[in-house]
Amino acid sequence: MKFSVVVNEGPYTHQAVDSAYQFIRAALEAGHEIFRIFFYHDGVNNGTRLTTPPQDDRHIVNRWSELASEHDLDLVVCVAAAQRRGIVDPDEAKRNSKDSDNIAPGFRISGLGQLIEAGIESDRLLVFGD
Amino acid sequence: MSEAKKFMYINRHAPCGTVYAVEGLEVVLIGAAFEQNVCMAFIGDGVFQLKQNQDTADTGIKNFSPAYRALGDYEVNRLYVERESLEERGLTEDELMPLTWEDEDDDWAEKPSLYIVDRAQLSDLIEEQDIILNF
Repeated sequence: MKFSVVVNEGPYTHQAVDSAYQFIRAALEAGHEIFRIFFYHDGVNNGTRLTTPPQDDRHIVNRWSELASEHDLDLVVCVAAAQRRGIVDPDEAKRNSKDSDNIAPGFRISGLGQLIEAGIESDRLLVFGD
Repeated sequence: MSEAKKFMYINRHAPCGTVYAVEGLEVVLIGAAFEQNVCMAFIGDGVFQLKQNQDTADTGIKNFSPAYRALGDYEVNRLYVERESLEERGLTEDELMPLTWEDEDDDWAEKPSLYIVDRAQLSDLIEEQDIILNF
């Protein structure tokens, strides 16, 4: 089956992020396809490479990046939600005259149309969050 | 692209207090461009999103409620409001924004967009959908 996943909550704040990750891993292991993972609301905070959790805890951001590179996943951060919360890629940094970017490897910033398209193109769209 | 899917946006949060309502509305307005079969549902504290005369001035937070009036122009014209949720919160239909849309197939007649439905009816409507997005 072809799944897409929406992550609506911030890392470490809400277990929805961990549940989404575990679901995606299990789905891939079972041979399913993940069309797209879309990060919205505080979920965009999953995409900053500046995250530095304590060493004895899971590294949620790196975990996404590794999963994306391992399975060639499409991790999309909503641009409008990202701008509000300071998640920036090199293009956005330039466009908004910021002195740096912080997007983590494997993530890309794009529009809400990517969320709708994921719903249209997938067999199931799963939403993780409150 | 394959044929249109049935999208329902379920709004469960009050307009203020968290970002879910305003960012949820952004999805609906952007999604309207995709010409899918779209409706919205308002349940729980989500019914407060449709209340008339919202005033957020004292909070310093932007009042985005006028944006709901644009939904009709985007052909989002089926907004289901759960009757029990209204009653539980002491609200009546008269206190909601009188949202309308213009039907181009009927000489641009102005028609209401709000439908008050009970919990069982809403349950059936949810069952019919292909995609549910919760905000």
